[in-house]
Amino acid sequence: MTASPSAGWLAFGRPAPVAHPAAAIDVAGITVTYANGVTAIKDASFMLGSSTICALVGVNGSGKSTLFKTLMGFLSPATGYVTISGMAVADALKRGIVAYVPQSEDVDWSFPVLVEDVVMMGRYGHMNALRLASAADRQAVDQALERVGMAGFRKRQIGELSGGQKKRVFLARALAQGGSVILLDEPFTGVDVKTEAAIIELLHSLRREGCLILVSTHNLGSIPDFCDHVVLFNRTVIAAGPTQATFTEANLARAFGGVLRHVRLGGADLHDDADGRSITVLTDDERPLVLYGEQDRETMVTPGKTEQGA
Amino acid sequence: MTLITWLTAPFAFDFMQRALIVAVLVGAICALLSCFLVLKGWSLMGDAVSHAVLPGIVIAQVLNLPLMLGAFAAGLGCALATGYLKRNSRVKEDAVLGIVFSGMFALGLVLFAKVGSDQHLLHILFGNMLGVRWDDVIGTAAVVLPVGALVLLKRKDLLLACFDPAHARAIGLPVALYEVGLLALLALTIVASLKAVGVILVIAMLIAPGAIGFMLSKRFDAMLAIAAGAAIASSVIGTILSFHLDGATGPMIVVVQSVLFAAAVIFAQWKRRRLMAA
Amino acid sequence: MSPDGWLTLLLEPFSYGYMSKAIWVSALVGAVCGFLSCYLILKGWALMGDALAHSVVPGVALAYMLALPYALGAFTSGILAALAISLVRRITLLREDAVIGLVFTSMFAAGLLIVSINPTSVNVQSIILGNVLAISDEDVVQVIIIAAVSLLILGLRWKDLMLTFFDESQARVVGLNPQRLRILFFVLLSACTVAALQTVGAVLVIAMVVTPGATAYLLTDRFSRMIWLAMVIGAATSAVGAYLSFFVDGATGGLIVVLQTLVFLGAFVFAPKHGRLAARRASRVTSGVPA
Repeated sequence: MTASPSAGWLAFGRPAPVAHPAAAIDVAGITVTYANGVTAIKDASFMLGSSTICALVGVNGSGKSTLFKTLMGFLSPATGYVTISGMAVADALKRGIVAYVPQSEDVDWSFPVLVEDVVMMGRYGHMNALRLASAADRQAVDQALERVGMAGFRKRQIGELSGGQKKRVFLARALAQGGSVILLDEPFTGVDVKTEAAIIELLHSLRREGCLILVSTHNLGSIPDFCDHVVLFNRTVIAAGPTQATFTEANLARAFGGVLRHVRLGGADLHDDADGRSITVLTDDERPLVLYGEQDRETMVTPGKTEQGA
Repeated sequence: MTLITWLTAPFAFDFMQRALIVAVLVGAICALLSCFLVLKGWSLMGDAVSHAVLPGIVIAQVLNLPLMLGAFAAGLGCALATGYLKRNSRVKEDAVLGIVFSGMFALGLVLFAKVGSDQHLLHILFGNMLGVRWDDVIGTAAVVLPVGALVLLKRKDLLLACFDPAHARAIGLPVALYEVGLLALLALTIVASLKAVGVILVIAMLIAPGAIGFMLSKRFDAMLAIAAGAAIASSVIGTILSFHLDGATGPMIVVVQSVLFAAAVIFAQWKRRRLMAA
Repeated sequence: MSPDGWLTLLLEPFSYGYMSKAIWVSALVGAVCGFLSCYLILKGWALMGDALAHSVVPGVALAYMLALPYALGAFTSGILAALAISLVRRITLLREDAVIGLVFTSMFAAGLLIVSINPTSVNVQSIILGNVLAISDEDVVQVIIIAAVSLLILGLRWKDLMLTFFDESQARVVGLNPQRLRILFFVLLSACTVAALQTVGAVLVIAMVVTPGATAYLLTDRFSRMIWLAMVIGAATSAVGAYLSFFVDGATGGLIVVLQTLVFLGAFVFAPKHGRLAARRASRVTSGVPA
C-alpha cells in the first residue's frame, strides 16, 4: 500500500520504505538567486542514492540552508534542476517523501503545542483535508515516540523539554511522517553527547531501512563515525562522494578556506623513533577531526576511538 | 487669486494664526521623537501611550486636577504596566501592549460615558485645531520648547541607548533611565498635542516624519533635521489646504505627511536605480 | 429595592428587541475574533490587527457616501492597506512596525478627512467607537454572513493554519501552501475586523483580536483548547458587555474591552500553571528545597 495522501487514511502504521520509489536526491547544475539579486548557490551538482547517510559540510553562509530550502521547494533554481526519488520537488512533497528536522533556533518553543501534537504534524500529509487523526495516525505517532524514547513525555508542552529531548521530538515527527528522504538541519547543536549517540544510532537503523539522510552539520569529528557520504559545500559543491575518498584534509581546506583551526603534530614532536606518521586536528568550533598516519595516507580516527586505542 | 494671496488668505483669521503656530510646534516636537521611535522599533509604543491617556484625562477632570497631569500619569502607567506584564508572563510584548492600551482606552470610554464631561469626546480623540485659544498656544509651547531642547541636547546619549543598549550600559549610561525618560517625553508630547490633533492622529505624527528622515539621510543629525523640516512643512501646507478645502486640519496635516513620505520613497528608489545603472 | 425590583431591573434589557439583538451579535463577533486572536498573538501580529481596523475607515466613509454596502468598502481598503504595507516593506529598509504604523495612520487620517469634507450621512463616532445598540438589520445580515463563513473556514482549516504558523517548513513538507494559507488568514482577519467595527469600533478592534487569545494562552498549553477558551471568553465578554451597556449609556465597546482586560488580568494572576501566583508558589518550592 502506498502512502500517498489519497490513500493515507487507509495506510497502516509506518509505511514500509519499499512502498516509495527508491530514495534519491539528484541536484543537477543548480544556480539559486534571491530576489535581492544575491546568488547563494552557483552551478552545484551531486547525486545521492538510498541507504545513505550524507553529511553536508560548509562554513556559515556557504549556502547550506539555501540548498535545504531548494530541496524543500521554498526556492526554485534559476538554472538546473532538482529531483527527489526521480520526481520534481513539488511532487515528492505531495507524496510525503521528504521529512525535515528543523534547527532549534527556527522553532517557536513557546507555541502552545504538546509533544504528541508536534509528532502528529508529521501525519498531516497522510490525512484528509480536515486533518482528523485515524487509528493508523495515532499508532504511527506512538511508534515514533517509542522509537526515540520520548513516549513518557507526550503530554509535555514542547518548551519544557531539554535540548536533546526537543531534537528527538522533531526526529519522531520525521519518523511518523514516514518519508524516505530525511533532511536534518544541524541536529547536534545544543545536544549532549549521549543524545548525539542515540540520534546517530537511530540514523543507522533508518539507513538499514533504505532511507536517504542528508545531515547539515558543523560537527566535523563525528562525520566519519556515521556518514558514508559527504558533500563539501561553499556556494557550490567543492567535493562530493564516499567519506573515505572525499573527507580529506585537502578538500576540507578548500571548503573552509582559512576558517578551520589546523594543528599538525608529527616527527619529533610526536614520536621518539623515526615513525613517519603524524596527527592532524581539524576543527571549526565543535568536535575536532583527527587524522593520523603518514602524510597523504592518513586514516581518520575519532576522539573516542583514539582513547580506546590508547 | 495669486499664489501669494492663496497662501496668506487663511491667516487673515485669528484662529488660523493660532492653529498654524500650534501645528508647527506639535509637528516639530513629534518629528524629533519620531526619529527615535522609528529606529528603536517603538512605533506601537507611540500608538499605545497616546490611547492610554484617555482614562487619565477623564479621572483628572473628575478630581479637578490639571488634565495634563492625569494624561501624563496614565501614559506613563501604560508603558510601565506593559513592562511588568511582559516580564512576568509568557505573552509576547506586542500583544501585552495591545491589551494594556486597549483596556485603558476602553476604561476611559466607559468612565467618560458614566461621568459625562464638558470636554467633547471627539475633540479629545481628534483634536480641535481651529478651536485653540491663546492660552492653549502658550501651554503647548511651555511643554514643547523644554522637551525639544532636552531631546536635542541629549540626542547622542538617547541614540546610543536606542542603538546599542549593551554598549551604552558598558560606558556607564543609565540606559533604563533613558528608556523611561524617552517614554516620559513621549507622554508629555502626546499631552501637548492633545488640543491640536487629539490622541489618535498624534500617532501618525510620531511615525511619518522619522520615516521620511530615515529614507533620505545616512546620519542621525541629518535625519532629525529632515524629519523636523518635513513635519513643519506639512503643518504649514496642511493648515492652508484644510482652510481652502474646508476639511479637518489635523487629518489634512497627516495626509500631507503621508504624501511627503510617498515622495521620499519614490525619490530614494529613483536614486538607487540611478546608482545601480551608473 | 425589593428583590423583585432588582430582578425586573436586571431583566429589563431583554425586554428591548435592540438589546437582545446587540447581545447575540456581539457574542458572535466576539467568538470569531477570539478564534483569530489565537493565531495573531502567537505570531506577534497584534499591530497588524490594529492596523487593519484603522485602515478600513476610509473605505467605510466612501461606501456610506456612495451608498454601497459598508462591508465592501471596508474590505477593499483593508486589502489596499495590506498591499501598501507589503510594498513599502519590500522597497525600503524601514522596520516593519514603522511601516505598518505609517500606512494605517495615513489611511485613518484620510478617512477622517473624507468625512470632514463630506459630513453628510456618516457618523464618525459610530465607526470609531462602534454602535451595536443601533445596528441596522442590514448590517446584522452582513455580520452574520461574515461570521458564519469565517467560522466555517476556520473550523475546516485550523490545523493547517496552526502548522503554517508554527513551522512553515513542515507545512511545506506535508504539501500545504503556506503563502496561500497566510493570505487566507489575512482575508479572514480583515473580514472579522469589519464585523468587529460594529460592536467595539475601529479603535478597540485590537482588543477583540488580541486579548481573548492572550488570556487563553495563559490558561492552556494545547492549541485546540486555547481556541475554545478564546472563543468562549470572546463571546461571553462581548455578550455581558453589551448587556451591561444598557445601564451605562451606551459605551458598549468600552465595556466589552474592559471586561476582556479584567479577564486577562485575572488569568495573569490566577492561571493554574502560567499565572503569577503559580509562579511564586513554584519559586518558593524550588528555593525551599535544600541544595
